[in-house]
Amino acid sequence: MNTEEILKNINDKFKTDVIDVFKKTETRATITIKPESLLQVAEYVFKDLDLRFIIATANHTKKGFEILYHFSKDNIGLIANLHVILPVEKPEIESLSNMFSATNWIEREMHELYGIVFLNHPEPGKLISEGNWAEGVYPYRREFK
Amino acid sequence: MVKKTLIPIGPYHPLQEEPELFKLYCEGEIVKDIKWETGYNHRGIEKLSEKKTYDQSFFLVERICGICSTSHPFAFANAVEEIGNIEITNRAKYIRSIIGELERIHSHLLWVGLAGHFLGYNTVFMWAWKYREPILDLFEMISGNRNSYAMFKVGGMRRDIENSKIPLIQEILDKFKKKNNLLVGAVMDDPVLHARTKGVGVLTKQDIIDYAAVGPTARASGIDVDVRRDDPYAAYPLVNWKVITAEAGDVFAKAEVRLLEMYESISIIEQCLEGLKKEKEGDINVKVKDIPEGWGTGRAEAPRGEVFHYVLSDGSNSPARHKIRAPSYTNIATFKKSCVGQTISDATISLAAVDPCYCCTERMAVAYDRNTGEKIMNGKDLIALSAKKTENIKNQF
Repeated sequence: MNTEEILKNINDKFKTDVIDVFKKTETRATITIKPESLLQVAEYVFKDLDLRFIIATANHTKKGFEILYHFSKDNIGLIANLHVILPVEKPEIESLSNMFSATNWIEREMHELYGIVFLNHPEPGKLISEGNWAEGVYPYRREFK
Repeated sequence: MVKKTLIPIGPYHPLQEEPELFKLYCEGEIVKDIKWETGYNHRGIEKLSEKKTYDQSFFLVERICGICSTSHPFAFANAVEEIGNIEITNRAKYIRSIIGELERIHSHLLWVGLAGHFLGYNTVFMWAWKYREPILDLFEMISGNRNSYAMFKVGGMRRDIENSKIPLIQEILDKFKKKNNLLVGAVMDDPVLHARTKGVGVLTKQDIIDYAAVGPTARASGIDVDVRRDDPYAAYPLVNWKVITAEAGDVFAKAEVRLLEMYESISIIEQCLEGLKKEKEGDINVKVKDIPEGWGTGRAEAPRGEVFHYVLSDGSNSPARHKIRAPSYTNIATFKKSCVGQTISDATISLAAVDPCYCCTERMAVAYDRNTGEKIMNGKDLIALSAKKTENIKNQF
């Protein structure tokens, strides 16, 4: 399965959930989806399309809290990013950690650095902030003028 | 009711040069659960990188890890060059791969030594670290540094490997190969090591997929993944080599993968040295004006597995967001699978089997007089100096 087919499959299966598909190169692509559809799309990408989870990147921008879930299709060198934008007022999204363990730590880290809430996380304890900074302080958040 | 005992390893423990805490919950000798605590040394490197220029960030990311200090600049360069659509010269590609593979050899040797030490087999520890020395000397010769080589920059390299040095590098590699054969043979054929590592700390294919483990940890469980081949960069597509895998998923399989990978690394270096001879000396940089707006993802296969860098550029001379994922981040979490059900004595080697990032750079310097070739200061001199100082202090009281 090549990049084109993978993107087409996701787009066809989740017509109403996909907001945008951006193919940067043959091996790099970003699929922007609705936050509420993350569980279904991620399950399809991980289990059916057999992509390996690499890591997730959170970022605080003027649009809100953006999360990129980076997946890899190793036999074609593809990095496919599932992109969601969460509103600043209510940065909540379902945890993927009940589906696979690899997101367990990074979701906790994103919570401690940005204050994003991962719903139904199986192990929502502190990962890096214990003794380092106070509860409710999110050091990677930005201030916009 | 069986009494559960908590055995802590860390946060500061002689086995670990880095602060982290493993809590082993044991019933008798058997580990029933394991918890891990970190954050003792959170340095905020991702945030720091946003305050640095692209050139400065190379020095920053090089300091994420002392052992695989080239893997991060490697992945960062790949990410930034992807944003700018920059194609580096073949000579720079060869040098990058040579540095990357030398690093793999010295890191794997370091691991083999530590693994021997954890098992109480210190002969392996001493051999491996002794044979690692010439590799560090090579680094010193090429870059001026034994660690943190400061070789990478956007669009190429900071230093060339002069063609006149190639025969000497080859000579050191030839000597190393003989010693490495001895070490690999000793480890692979040793019945004690077989007994202590086979069937210990097993990770199944499903565990690897579930935890997204990478590198030798994944390859030892039959997952054929290596970004040098899968997402080609630097000189890896220009040379012949193969990805080493094993099926058992135990500590022995992880050792086997690492030991055999060193042969591939030597072969890659030799082919790259041949490649260097065909390229023009000094042709190691392309001109980079500025980094445009956009994003790039760079990957490099570190000795421990895939290093991943995501860089977001807003068109300025600093990254707007820089995400870094080191391989240990996903590999360490597999402890939950590899250690539970093991005895305490096997848990230590299972913990060490994924090669959690250790850094040891302590060494003694021996200076030679450039003109006479004589040692200015050797080990005995230093000990004599130390004894003299103690004597002086004693005399003061």
